[in-house]
Amino acid sequence: MDRVHALLRRVRPWMVYALGAIPAALLILRIFTGDLGIDPVKTIEHRLGEVALQLMVAGLCITPLRRLAGLNLIRFRRQIGVLAFVYATLHFAVWIALDLQFRWAEIGADLVKRPYIVIGFLAFLMLVPLALTSSNASIRRLGSAAWQKLHWLTYPAAVLAAVHFVWLMKAWAFEPLAYLAGITALLALRLWWRARKGLAATPARA
Amino acid sequence: MSNRWNTGLNWSDVTPERHWLNRRALLAGAAGAGALALAGAAEARIAAKPSPYSTDAAPNTLEDITGYNNFYEFGYDKSDPARHAGGLTIAPWSVKIDGLVDKPGDYALDDLTKGIALEERIYRFRCVEAWSMVIPWIGFPLAALLDRVGVQPGAKYVAFESLARPDEMPGVKAGLLDWPYREGLRIDEAMNPLTILATGLYGEAMPRQNGAPIRLVVPWKYGFKSAKSLVRISLTDTQPRTTWQGLQPREYGFYANVNPEVDHPRWSQASERRIGGGLFAKRVDTIKFNGYGEYVASLYAGQDLAKDY
Repeated sequence: MDRVHALLRRVRPWMVYALGAIPAALLILRIFTGDLGIDPVKTIEHRLGEVALQLMVAGLCITPLRRLAGLNLIRFRRQIGVLAFVYATLHFAVWIALDLQFRWAEIGADLVKRPYIVIGFLAFLMLVPLALTSSNASIRRLGSAAWQKLHWLTYPAAVLAAVHFVWLMKAWAFEPLAYLAGITALLALRLWWRARKGLAATPARA
Repeated sequence: MSNRWNTGLNWSDVTPERHWLNRRALLAGAAGAGALALAGAAEARIAAKPSPYSTDAAPNTLEDITGYNNFYEFGYDKSDPARHAGGLTIAPWSVKIDGLVDKPGDYALDDLTKGIALEERIYRFRCVEAWSMVIPWIGFPLAALLDRVGVQPGAKYVAFESLARPDEMPGVKAGLLDWPYREGLRIDEAMNPLTILATGLYGEAMPRQNGAPIRLVVPWKYGFKSAKSLVRISLTDTQPRTTWQGLQPREYGFYANVNPEVDHPRWSQASERRIGGGLFAKRVDTIKFNGYGEYVASLYAGQDLAKDY
């Protein structure tokens, strides 16, 4: 593990961003090779959403990986989170521009009336303050405890994003349910740790 | 076989609607002629007379029509049917016709359709998922077949059942839906001249992923009403229960008429994206009854279509 950590120390933030840009670059490449299928808009839209969700899950895995496997990736969590926000934003933008094609009346109606769109939109809104406070300065300004509390929003955002995915399918499909189950398990693990810690911190009563 | 269509042209080579509408380019004429030539070649394969019910909108490419399908018997993904339907056995094929008919029985497909003139029906096709295509079907009115088997006076509905063959259909094997796929129409809907049984498209026998060898096409209703690979047609006096109603009764009604005023609970039906335009496939307003109101609106006189969705 020490060798892994020694290797990871050489990884710079820009490298993480470069790695994270690959799915987007591949999509752009596929536009030019005509490899996006018969409905390229849906392919792009779904892929961007999928990558955003995967990055959110990756971000949620950082702490369990450290506690359970001793692998410390905490240095990269910010980049992963920012990338998740970028992909979610692109997903949303493609929906507005290429899918709904700026039909604002329909977009507005969808954003308040359609449960799965409302939920996806809420998940996106939750990511906004997280992206805005993804700097050391923000941690200093808010104080580490308040900042951490704010960033707990990652959990509801990820759950909502997965529900958004489950709900848009016409029938029950395996993949979205797998994401939802995984995120729920990660959340349950955190809550369980918290409860144990809380218990340990409470002085035993006679 | 499909190479026959490989003229080196893509859908993107066909003049976009906005161009031929405003007569901007001579190319529009060339593209139109190209489409006609294709249709002409098609007729050489399967003799089908043109129909006044056909739209003059440019059909989607064969590639679009055969590569983008909801046919859950072969999987959820729209590319699954093209990938997995190749091994489907479609000959011999028989259709069971039962219920309130004079001549029930298991009919070999050829016997069922013998002597019925085929027509080319270029129809708009609107999926409940808010996308659409234009498809040059080949088929004949369902009414012609129903007349042949003799509908008894008590029959009020027609129930359709699709093939469910697990060893050839991965989606059936995986139990993605409650198989076999079931659909239904009211008898007057079934007898409407727009309602056809299609046995081909683009001048060829029906591709497997589109519901070979025989499928229903009801152009004013959402695509899921047009059941594929039919093995059974039953005349009943009670409204048949359909697959989608069984799964989500609030989302999928028996009628499922294309209607921009009645949204799907989870998404708007006000507009649709025309498949085939690539990255900039145009979103257009959805028309009530998919634009076939002049032929079918009267079927629903006095019915509240928000309730009978």
